[in-house]
Amino acid sequence: MILVWFIAILLVGGVACWVAARWSASACRWIALAATAADFALSMVLWIRNYPVNLLQQQDWLRQVNWNWFPEAGIHFHLALDGLSLLLVVLTFFLGIVSVLASWTEIREGVGFFHLNLLWVLAGITGVFLAVDLFLFYFAWELMLIPMYFLIAIWGHERRVYAAVKFFLFTQLSGLLMLIAILALYIIHHSATGVYTFEYSELIGTSMPLHVAIWVMLGFFIAFAVKLPMVPVHTWLPDAHTEAPTAGSVILAGLLLKTGAYGLLRFVLPLFPAAAHWFSPIAAALAAIGIIYGAVLAFAQTNLKRLVAYTSVSHLGFVLLAIFVWNKLALEGALITIIAHGISTGALFVLVGGLQERIHTREMDRMGGLWQTIPRFSGAAMFFAMASIGLPGLGDFVGEFLILLGTYKVSVGLTVAASIGVLASTLYGLKFIQRAFHGSNVHHWELHDLFAREVVILAPMIAILLWLGLFPQPVLNTFAPTMEKLQQHASQQYQAYERGQQ
Amino acid sequence: MISGAGLIAILPLLLLAGTPILLMLMITVRRSHGLTLGLTLLGLAASFASLWVAAAAAPQRVTPLLVVDQYALVYFGMIIAATAAVAGLAYGYLEQHAVEKEEFYILLLTAALGAAVLAASSHFVSFFLGLEILSISLYALNAYLYPRKTALEAGIKYLVLAAASAAFLLFGMALIYAAVGTMDFGHMAGLMMETAGGSRTLLLPGLAMIITGIGFKLALVPFHMWTPDVYQGAPPPVAAFIATVSKGGMFALLLRYFYRLELHNYAPVVVVFTIIAIASMLGGNLLALLQSNVKRILAYSSIAHMGYVLVAFIASGELAVEAVTFYLVAYFVTIIGAFGVVTVLANGNEDAESLESYRGLFWRRPALAGIMTAMLLSLTGIPVTAGFIGKFYVVEAGASSSAWALLIILVVSSVIGAFYYLRVIFALYAGAPEKPAEVAPRMAFGASVLVVLTLLLIWLGVYPAPLLHVLRAALPG
Repeated sequence: MILVWFIAILLVGGVACWVAARWSASACRWIALAATAADFALSMVLWIRNYPVNLLQQQDWLRQVNWNWFPEAGIHFHLALDGLSLLLVVLTFFLGIVSVLASWTEIREGVGFFHLNLLWVLAGITGVFLAVDLFLFYFAWELMLIPMYFLIAIWGHERRVYAAVKFFLFTQLSGLLMLIAILALYIIHHSATGVYTFEYSELIGTSMPLHVAIWVMLGFFIAFAVKLPMVPVHTWLPDAHTEAPTAGSVILAGLLLKTGAYGLLRFVLPLFPAAAHWFSPIAAALAAIGIIYGAVLAFAQTNLKRLVAYTSVSHLGFVLLAIFVWNKLALEGALITIIAHGISTGALFVLVGGLQERIHTREMDRMGGLWQTIPRFSGAAMFFAMASIGLPGLGDFVGEFLILLGTYKVSVGLTVAASIGVLASTLYGLKFIQRAFHGSNVHHWELHDLFAREVVILAPMIAILLWLGLFPQPVLNTFAPTMEKLQQHASQQYQAYERGQQ
Repeated sequence: MISGAGLIAILPLLLLAGTPILLMLMITVRRSHGLTLGLTLLGLAASFASLWVAAAAAPQRVTPLLVVDQYALVYFGMIIAATAAVAGLAYGYLEQHAVEKEEFYILLLTAALGAAVLAASSHFVSFFLGLEILSISLYALNAYLYPRKTALEAGIKYLVLAAASAAFLLFGMALIYAAVGTMDFGHMAGLMMETAGGSRTLLLPGLAMIITGIGFKLALVPFHMWTPDVYQGAPPPVAAFIATVSKGGMFALLLRYFYRLELHNYAPVVVVFTIIAIASMLGGNLLALLQSNVKRILAYSSIAHMGYVLVAFIASGELAVEAVTFYLVAYFVTIIGAFGVVTVLANGNEDAESLESYRGLFWRRPALAGIMTAMLLSLTGIPVTAGFIGKFYVVEAGASSSAWALLIILVVSSVIGAFYYLRVIFALYAGAPEKPAEVAPRMAFGASVLVVLTLLLIWLGVYPAPLLHVLRAALPG
């Protein structure tokens, strides 16, 4: 039941915000904060009480809810939680709190509707991370699109309409391809077993010829690759990131992109191991291109938000690479990167949003020498920029290091390419710090240093990155049982396929 | 002669036919708009209630012309409910205009009767009768606001084209009759296959002409030219009626005709419908991109949606009938809802047509903008709305018969569609949120219809199981 509460609190909280905003904008903000905080507390309690996570052989999920929805068609309202979804759900609620706090002073118009959309997009994302019925998964997948569209289209910056429409159309097209793939899988499963079902754990054993599997897999893969985003289908991301309000950017980078990675981990490889194996050289090559391409383009940007957006392309390239390498080290690295990137990039967007509020621009040319007027703010920016480029001791480093180790076992060439990306990231990280904060204060900015609210947001994020960087074991322990299950599913399937070939 | 059970089976039709007669008599005594509406709704409610009485007697063949089975009853229900919604919307709208109001409801009811006859028809004669009852009522309804220039244009255009298409249809029927010697769908089924070799020369042109006639009524590309002009010129409730009841009745007939004659085994017909479906999906959506008039956008959108329905229809697996009917239900609710918002926003002489009149609506009348958003999202096929389940079913029907090419075109064209729906949605929320200027809803009755439609839209989108149970049992006989 707690899983339903996660979603219900956000949905009801959103409506409550909207109603409350008629009387008082700050009541609305507090309700939104309370809703996300309540969910965060619940998820933490769930984690602590189940730690260390022991999934027994016969048990797939830590918690689950399974209600009939339309049983004749094999559709169930089935939410389930294991180590992987637990971590992502905790991340969702944490970044939920961050985004509510980040928009505390930024959003002044349409406050109620803004928080309605904010909480509902979080609800959709939670649904994506928890759904194990493919119909429900698609339902949640499409549902998180609409509030996000509104967040960008109404409260975004100058070119918001263009960015919002582009975002919507990219995800809509890829989503519909996934719908066809889901239904194809459903029908293939029915013709093999005579059972109509959208249940993940039943579909996972569906056997089909390789050439069919490749097409169905591609349907899923495209949807997740667009969200991830993988080069060359990443072009919506810089626009959406740049134009979105701060909270929108935080959620986009921290969570929405992660739904793509989650989908690959949860669905693509376990459901279609043989097809994924066939496809892995292409996916890994595209990932390596993305790592370098994202880093180089980030270096070329003058708009801060665009710069951070391209770093996401680069970092998520690492995740894509790791998922298709599919060994223990790489997968652990992928998970740490998913979380650490969510935190560090989220923090960078909060900082850029803070600058935007102070000096009303995101162009680096208008900055410079900010360290002199806002030293604590600049120090925080320095910290997160270093985290983002992979400074040892911080979360991102652990993730990328593990991914490189894992990849090395499979392909030296890919490892070299990815390492070039790490090098390039140093360039954009340093450029960001130098151009914006170092040097002399040519524009004579006199600004307010960190507000208490910003300290409250950033301090825990610093702590989490340090924790992930120095002692990531609790996170890895939580993930381990799930990872073993996923790998086991995939290898069983794959062996069955190999035997079929002989 | 008609047996007692037969009379019970066609009770919904009798009530639909009786109400306008009663209205006519009443108007001679006393003109009262409110009373007319009340009586209309009462008649429709009685007719709707009688569906259960008729269901007890179904399936029943009533004269050689009509078949009342579960399938026909489902469509009766859709037609009656949609007519009631249109009547409710029309009330407030007509109040704003200085025309005689009472006759509107008579025409509406006769048009619904025509559509219902189509849904129960199993014979060329009842096909043509139903079609003409429907069309002739629509001629007048289209031009109902005769002081308006666009209304006359719409009326005349529809009159000329519908008459021409009816002529095509008659000619087609004659050719098929000449080939097989019967006008009953049941008898035709066997004879078609036997004579398929010999008198193909008559059969194929006959079928082509019938498809032309049907294509016109369903506004499929390339028979769609009239749609945007008529939707623009006709009063919005009437446009909603044409888009739903008229097309729904025709689709019911098409499905039954196909099912009975097993035409999906007949390659030339399938090819023609495949081409029409592709042309409608792409044509409707691409043409809508160029529009900035909401009525015309909805017109082109409805063309594209008929194309989607055809995808399920062509797929013709076991799912086809269910998928088509569910999609039509979702489409009924959505289109009436969307035109309902257009209706409610009308003030006096101006209909709310241009995109400009929707700009920033959310900050002025949030409920109305919310309803419009829900309808547009349903047309896009986003979850929680009926349109999502509808699209899901269509894709499932297509996938189960491996119609991959059609599905890919459906996906591409619905993304194109999403683009212009988003344009309208964006307009609704655009503009600086000024102080919320509370406008009291001028059309309380229409507004409550909209609320019901929205609830229905969400209910069907979240929990479609009960409706799907009903549809499963309803196969055309």
